Amino acid sequence: MTQALYWVIIKLMILLDRVTKTYGRGEKGSALSRISLHVEPKEFVIVVGQSGAGKTTLLRLLTREERPTSGKIIVGGVDYDKLKDKDIPLLRRKIGTVFQDFKLLPNKNVYENVAYALEVVGVGNREIRHTVPKVLNIVNLKGKEKNMPLELSGGEQQRVAIARAIVRQPRILVADEPTGNLDPKHAWDVIKVLEKINRYGTTVLLTTHNVEIVNKLKRRVVTIKDGKIASDKANAGYKI
Amino acid sequence: MSGRWKTRWVTMIRVIHTGIVNFIRNASLAVAAMAVMVVTLTIVLFSVITNATFNNTIAQITNKIDISVFLKDSDTNAQTKQLLGQLKKLPNVKSLQYLSKEQALHQYQQQNAGNEQLLTAINETSNPLPATILIKPVDLNHIQDIKDFLNKPDVAKLQSDAPSYSGDRKEAIDKITHATNVLREIGIITVVVFAVICALIIFNTIQMAIFNRRDEIQIQRLLGASTSFIRGPFVVETIIYGILSAIISVLIINAAFLASSTALQASSLGLLDINYASTYFGNHFWELLAMQLVLGIVLGAVSSAIATRRYLKFKTK
Repeated sequence: MTQALYWVIIKLMILLDRVTKTYGRGEKGSALSRISLHVEPKEFVIVVGQSGAGKTTLLRLLTREERPTSGKIIVGGVDYDKLKDKDIPLLRRKIGTVFQDFKLLPNKNVYENVAYALEVVGVGNREIRHTVPKVLNIVNLKGKEKNMPLELSGGEQQRVAIARAIVRQPRILVADEPTGNLDPKHAWDVIKVLEKINRYGTTVLLTTHNVEIVNKLKRRVVTIKDGKIASDKANAGYKI
Repeated sequence: MSGRWKTRWVTMIRVIHTGIVNFIRNASLAVAAMAVMVVTLTIVLFSVITNATFNNTIAQITNKIDISVFLKDSDTNAQTKQLLGQLKKLPNVKSLQYLSKEQALHQYQQQNAGNEQLLTAINETSNPLPATILIKPVDLNHIQDIKDFLNKPDVAKLQSDAPSYSGDRKEAIDKITHATNVLREIGIITVVVFAVICALIIFNTIQMAIFNRRDEIQIQRLLGASTSFIRGPFVVETIIYGILSAIISVLIINAAFLASSTALQASSLGLLDINYASTYFGNHFWELLAMQLVLGIVLGAVSSAIATRRYLKFKTK
């Protein structure tokens, strides 16, 4: 690897180089084909595309829930080809993840759900007591600490999920259709939180269907169609 | 405490805490796993005690058995001495005891102290008992060399009667030895079979628990929980099964002894000397409890560690 290329890789937050992911055999089973994508630190990237276009697969490759069939993935300087299974937890601690279906723990209240992300990585109790309220404040959930997830609206639940994703101050936040289950008002609340986090310096990768959000945000938009990148434009609107 | 160790300590406390909470929540699942664990551990404990008891019984009887060589009244002192010297050199002879005619009579009188008629009959004749050499063998099952020696013509001609091999006692000993060996084999096989069943049921229990909590585990995984942080609580949970099962198995055996010695008024069950077994259990209570605890903990920890393995593997496709 030349010095210049190495420098580029280190500087990039996310690098996908001709990544292909197939399920089953042949071209028909291919979810992503030869995708190349570069994301710089502190960027806010929106990935759009119809259902089945490969958006979710792309994110699952980044969180290493899936392995690419071929191609290279480097995130935050970590080369996934060289990543051992036992180091996957360490990688995921650097990546915050938000899901369409929230994935909150139903038996834990709001505070515990967020604290859990810190418990998992062995953060001390004192630090947890110090950090969690701050983060709940960022997502405007002050006063809801003792509520159980099912007592909250969809938007509130999604903000809990975001709080959980950002409480460890990840360098990258990956959000897979976080507004998919929300009405417009709540959807916009969630997006505002993501923008706030991005301003604090976290790289955000967001997938969405929501035309209005894409058009309002005026950010870089990557369009995926049939497993390929159809367009990649800064300050773009939604054109499908 | 340095940061790294503090992190480990905090994590360990959390893992143990979660394990205990899960144990309480999974009570219904725990019963199945613990029931079979209790059976396994009880069988192990029973086998150990039975084995010790049989060994004791054999040792006691073996100690009593001896070979009696009856000498002719006409044998001279020199001949007797020479015979004693030769016997002493045989490798399988543990000890020798010489009884003169008078001593033999005295012992006979003592042994039959209750039998007036016999004693009178003996007293009325001149001493009919021969001088006797009592031989204690080292190993009861290999007295052939002693037999061969006693059957040599020049040794045989010194004897008034054929030697006695404590015939009926030997038979009893053979029976017990045989029974012990069989029981030991049965015990080992049973323990192994139950240990396997036990491990399988623990597997199943843990797998059901994992299945119930698969969403939670998936979330833990996505949040970057290490394998040990997820597996730990399951292992702690089964270690609790092991500890409780060990205690219960000891209580069961204890209750069994109480029942057989008080309710049944029995001092032995067939060949099993209950009194000795009970004393042995009492004297070795803490060692046996410790053994059960170690077994229970190992059985639980190993089976759950293996059971969780396949569920915690990362996708490698």
